[in-house]
Amino acid sequence: MRNAILVLFMLVAHTFVGAQSEVPQKVIHDVEVELEGEYRYFYNKGQFQGQQDHYPSIAIRPEYSAEWNKGYESINFKGFARIDRDEARTRWDIRELYYQKAKNNWELSIGLRKVYWGVAESNHLVDIINQTDAVESFDGEDKLGQPMVQFSWITDDWGTFDFFYLPYHRKRTFAGDEGRLRFGTVIDNDDLNYESGAEQWRQDVAIRWKYFLGAFDIGLSHFYGNGREPLFVFTPTGGINAFYPVINQTGLDVQITHNAFLWKLESIYRNADAQDFLAMVAGLEFTFSNIDGNGLDIGLLGEYLYDERDELALTALQNDVFFGSRIAFNDIQDTSILLGGIKDLKQSSTIFSVEASRRFGSSWTAEIEARVFSDIETSELILSNFQDDSFLRLRISRFF
Amino acid sequence: MKTKIITGILALTISLTFGQTAEERGLQIAKAAEEADLGFGSSTVELKMTLKNKNGQTSERFLETNTLELTEDGDKSLIVFNSPKDVKGTATLTFTHKEGSDDQWLYLPSIARVKRISSNNKSGPFVGSEFAYEDLSSQEVEKYTYKFIAEEGSNLIVEQDPVDPKSGYTRRLVTYNKDKGYRIEKIEFYDRKNALLKTLTYSGYQLYKGKFWRADTFNMVNHQSNKETILEFSNYDFDVSLTDDDFSQVALKRAGN
Repeated sequence: MRNAILVLFMLVAHTFVGAQSEVPQKVIHDVEVELEGEYRYFYNKGQFQGQQDHYPSIAIRPEYSAEWNKGYESINFKGFARIDRDEARTRWDIRELYYQKAKNNWELSIGLRKVYWGVAESNHLVDIINQTDAVESFDGEDKLGQPMVQFSWITDDWGTFDFFYLPYHRKRTFAGDEGRLRFGTVIDNDDLNYESGAEQWRQDVAIRWKYFLGAFDIGLSHFYGNGREPLFVFTPTGGINAFYPVINQTGLDVQITHNAFLWKLESIYRNADAQDFLAMVAGLEFTFSNIDGNGLDIGLLGEYLYDERDELALTALQNDVFFGSRIAFNDIQDTSILLGGIKDLKQSSTIFSVEASRRFGSSWTAEIEARVFSDIETSELILSNFQDDSFLRLRISRFF
Repeated sequence: MKTKIITGILALTISLTFGQTAEERGLQIAKAAEEADLGFGSSTVELKMTLKNKNGQTSERFLETNTLELTEDGDKSLIVFNSPKDVKGTATLTFTHKEGSDDQWLYLPSIARVKRISSNNKSGPFVGSEFAYEDLSSQEVEKYTYKFIAEEGSNLIVEQDPVDPKSGYTRRLVTYNKDKGYRIEKIEFYDRKNALLKTLTYSGYQLYKGKFWRADTFNMVNHQSNKETILEFSNYDFDVSLTDDDFSQVALKRAGN
C-alpha cells in the first residue's frame, strides 16, 4: 500500500513536469551517495528476552536532484536503506521525492517531503508533519518521508503562510524482538489501529504562519488529522493497546535572538476524544564566541520541559530540565561536540548524552554518540524499560 | 554616469583638500567607493575557497553566493555550500543592517531545519578559514569611522576603525584605487592588541557592465598563524534580476535542497 502511493505521487509529479518541459531548458543534474557503517554497543545485558549487546549495521543514503528554470523548478530525491541486527531497523524508505515549482512569492511542492518546525533543542513538540523514524535515532530527529502537497505563500507584510494537504499517514517505527530501547512487549505495527475509519488514508490538513520582525521569529501552526504519536493504553494483564487518535493540535514557537542570547519557546495544545493536554519547552542558549581567537565557540543551553500527560508522555519529558553545552571548534574539519543531560525534577532519573563529529579529508566523517540512562526510577512508566539500554554508537560515513 | 560622479568627486576633493580634516577625507573616500558601486541590483557568483595551513596542506570548499542590493538598508545575501559533500546544501541567509546587528538564518539540510542564529560572532572564522564573518559581510559606510592616511599615486590609504566593539580589529588599513572606481586593492587588519594580523590582497579585477569592479581572487594571509585562504570567484552574473522573494526563508530552504 505504501508503495502504491509512492507510485501515484511519482506519476503526478511526472505529469506536471511533462507539461512544463516543452521548451528545452538547461537541466542541472546532481547525484550524491553516502555510505555509512555503524556500530552500537549496549554495555548492560538487555532487560528483555532476545535483546543483544552488539549491533553492527550499514546504511546507504542516495540523493538525486534535477533543477531547471534557473532553479525555480526541480525534482528532488533522497533515499535511505539500513541493514541491522534488529530486524525492525532493517528497512528502506523514500525520505524525499518531490516536484517543486517556485514563482515570485509562492512555492508549490508535490510528493514525499521532510518539513521541520520549531526552535528548541531537547524536544521537538511543534514539529508534526513527518512521522518519527524512532528506531533510527534516540533524539527523534530522523523522520519518514511524508506524502504531501505544500503551498507556501510569502506576503510582503504579513509573513509566510504554508498550507499542507497530507493524504496518507505513516506509522511510527519501533524496535523489534532483538532490538534495544523498547518496551517489554514488542510493538507490532499491524496491531496499531486508527481511531479514524479511513485509517491511514484519512485526508489530513495543516497550516503554519511564520513571521519575523527584528529580533523575533514566530511560528503559529495548526494540524488536524491522524496523530503522529500513538496513544498507549495499558491493559490490566500487562499488555498494551495502542492506536493513532484523530487530533487537533495548535503549536506556537518563538525565538528571540538578542546578541549572544537565543530565547526559545515551543508549546502545543493537543485535543482528541481520548486525550487533551498542553506541553511546552522553554529555555535559552548563550554562546561565548571565538574564545581563544581561533574560532572556539562554547554555547550553554538550558531548557525546561513540561507535559500535562505526566507519566504517559511518550517522550518521558513531563517535568524535566535539560542542560547542555555545544562546543564548536570552527576548524577545517568542522569538529563539534554536544554534551547534555536531562534530569527529572521530581525523580532521580537522568539521561546524559554526548555527540561529537568531525570530518576527515574531504569525503569522510566520523560521529560518536553516547547515551547513559542513570538512576532511572522503576516507577517511570516509559523510561524504566530503557534503564539497561545505555549505549555507545560509532558512525563512519563516506560520501561519493 | 560614472565619469560624472568621479568628476564631481574630483572637483569636491580639490576644493576641499585644504580645509578638510583627515577624518573628513577618509569618510569622503569611503562614500565615493560606495557611490561607485551603486546600482548593481543583484548578482550571483560561484566561489572556490582554498584553505592552506602553515605546512602548505590545502582543503577546498565550493560555494554559491547571491546578493541583492538595497540602498535604504544593508544588502541581503544567500550563501550555499556545494562541498565538502557532508555539508552540501547548508546555506545561510543574511540581512545586513547599516546600524545594529545583522539578521541571519542557517539551513541544515540533513534535518530540513531553518535556524535563526546570532550574528554576534563577528570575529570568529568563517568555516575554518582566515576570513572572519565580519570580513565577508556587506561593507556599509556606517560600520566604521575613517581617517585618511596617505596618497600614493592613484592609491588612497584610509584607516577604518570598526564602530562595533565586538569586532576583532582595532583598525584596518584600506587601499583604494581612485582611478579605478575606488576599488579596494588591499586591506591590512590589526588585531585588538594593534598588531598586524592579516593582509587581504585583491587581484584579477574585471569591470562588469562598464561600472562594477570585481576581483576574481581574494588572498588572505594570516601573519600570526602563517595560514592562508584564497577565494576564487567565477561566473559573475549581474543580469539575474533577483528580488526580495529570492531572499526569503522559503528561498533559503529551496537553495539548500
